[in-house]
Amino acid sequence: MHVSNRYLAKRLVYIILNLILISIIVFGITTVLPGNAAETILGRYATPEKVSTLERELGLDQPIYIQYIDWLSSFLTGSWGTSFQHNRPVFDLIVTRGARSLYLAVITLATITSISIPLGIIAAVYHDSKIDFGITGVSYLGISVPEFVTGTGLLVVFAGPVFGVFPAGGYTSISDGGIRQWLSHIVLPVTTLTILSIAHLMRLTRTEMVDILKSDYIRTARLKGLDEKTVVLKHAVRNGLMPTVTLLAMSLGSLMGGIVVVEEVFAYPGLGRLIVDSVTHRDVPVLQASILLVAFVYTFANLAADIVYTYLNPRISYGGSAR
Amino acid sequence: MATEKQNSTTVPTGDTLVDRLKVLIHSVLSNRRCAVGLTLLTPIVILTVLAPIIAPYNPTETHMGAQLASPGGKFLLGTDHLGRDLFSRVLYGGRSSLLLGVTSTGLAMSMGVPIGVFSGYIGGRVDELIMRLMDTLMSIPSLLLALLIVAMMGPGLFNAVIAIATVYTPRIARVVRSSTLSVKQEEFIRAAEARGESRLYICFREILPNISSPVIVEGSIRVGFAILTGASLSFLGLGTQPPTPDWGYMISTAYDHLWSTIWYWLWPSVWLGATILGFNLLGDGLRDVLDPRVEESKVM
Repeated sequence: MHVSNRYLAKRLVYIILNLILISIIVFGITTVLPGNAAETILGRYATPEKVSTLERELGLDQPIYIQYIDWLSSFLTGSWGTSFQHNRPVFDLIVTRGARSLYLAVITLATITSISIPLGIIAAVYHDSKIDFGITGVSYLGISVPEFVTGTGLLVVFAGPVFGVFPAGGYTSISDGGIRQWLSHIVLPVTTLTILSIAHLMRLTRTEMVDILKSDYIRTARLKGLDEKTVVLKHAVRNGLMPTVTLLAMSLGSLMGGIVVVEEVFAYPGLGRLIVDSVTHRDVPVLQASILLVAFVYTFANLAADIVYTYLNPRISYGGSAR
Repeated sequence: MATEKQNSTTVPTGDTLVDRLKVLIHSVLSNRRCAVGLTLLTPIVILTVLAPIIAPYNPTETHMGAQLASPGGKFLLGTDHLGRDLFSRVLYGGRSSLLLGVTSTGLAMSMGVPIGVFSGYIGGRVDELIMRLMDTLMSIPSLLLALLIVAMMGPGLFNAVIAIATVYTPRIARVVRSSTLSVKQEEFIRAAEARGESRLYICFREILPNISSPVIVEGSIRVGFAILTGASLSFLGLGTQPPTPDWGYMISTAYDHLWSTIWYWLWPSVWLGATILGFNLLGDGLRDVLDPRVEESKVM
């Protein structure tokens, strides 16, 4: 299936509009945060003169749209300001922390895709059998138990006094402690995230496949005398995976949320922990830049999913204007 | 084909509404998932509602010298780090979670379903505009948008409800819209258009009943997710504020005492997990009962 260039160009324009809208939302929300930035930096007992001097330095006395344009243009040029809390350039902070979160995200994504989709298909094919019951039962537990409970549970078992194979938290870079040390800090967070996301994705794959396996065209394919393997793998999976592709991109969002919580549980110094810290300490520059960055990544992931979706389903054509 | 599908949307037997309702209740109760879900949820809901009567202690009352006690004796499930009775706190803790789950999902559904059906059916520029806006809201991962809103409005249960409803509205709208798009191409919609039915009639009397299964599944799963997101916010210290008991917050304080006692962590975790599990099972069971296409799975 050919994805038309016009469609792609159109999508790109929308994405830029989308990102501008996001930046307005993020800026809007963070600007009306209770508590003035200058007061936050100087503390509660600062004199009014000092506050107004700093406000002028930070440009907080300017009209709001000028503040927005200033903020956006400096964001685009890579000067993301200085963190109130860490007193370091936000850019450096986010790059260091973001890379650590990225390790978690990439490893988790690879694990869940290779486990959950096959399991979902198996559960749907053996619908209502003991295999389905077992897989579905476990997936229910995975989806219902919050990641901070799973994470804490794993900590108790694998980092506790009884069976302490892994460190209870923290992080060591490859250059500091070698690959073994690095991995030992990553195993438990990734396991927690995988348990969370596998259930999610597998359940959706199964639901979708069960519906499709009961549809008329599958019945027709069976009546035609095709063997079950062809029916499932060629006819059903192709259609069953279409929503799954979108859902995989959507579950990236829940994965990012999961990372925030999991980093908190394992004291893993990644982007998620940085965001939570900046919410509690009202570190506005960090909050703005990190959320904008995450939204940026997420938007492009969704674009990729849309393109794959169009590729898999010839009936949905985004190219034409008839829709 | 189209008419067959349309007719079987409603529960087949029975003439009056009461009869249909009886059939529906019967099939809900005879569905295994619904039954397990309800078995989990009924005692939790009853205990939570009756917390003031059942709870042996005031949930915020501290007992000096009885900190981090193990279950048994004076305290059925033990005590926390301030010597507060865990059984009482777990019972009261359900109130904020259940309230948050139901109200935020209700709020999100009442916005998301009409938006999705309308947008999908109308199509064209209007659809595109609405979906762009929804996409923008969805381009910020749910927990992060909730964090941002809570950061703006300040921590607390009510603000968490608003944040979660805002986060879930575009997600519900998108699922509803994509179901609408597939139903829209069916012949009975064209038949209704040929009959000259109004757009409102087609949206809510023709399309909505035919997408009821994804809508119900979405709604029921959202209750579980809303409770989960709310608990996550509380775990991060941004949801329900102390001293009000809350499962998520209890787990986060229990985390600091993990090496001294396991009970403090275990009870709120079990209750929270069981509640979310109950809602998920109930949602899927309802789907089996209500979806006309999966008749056979009613036995499960």
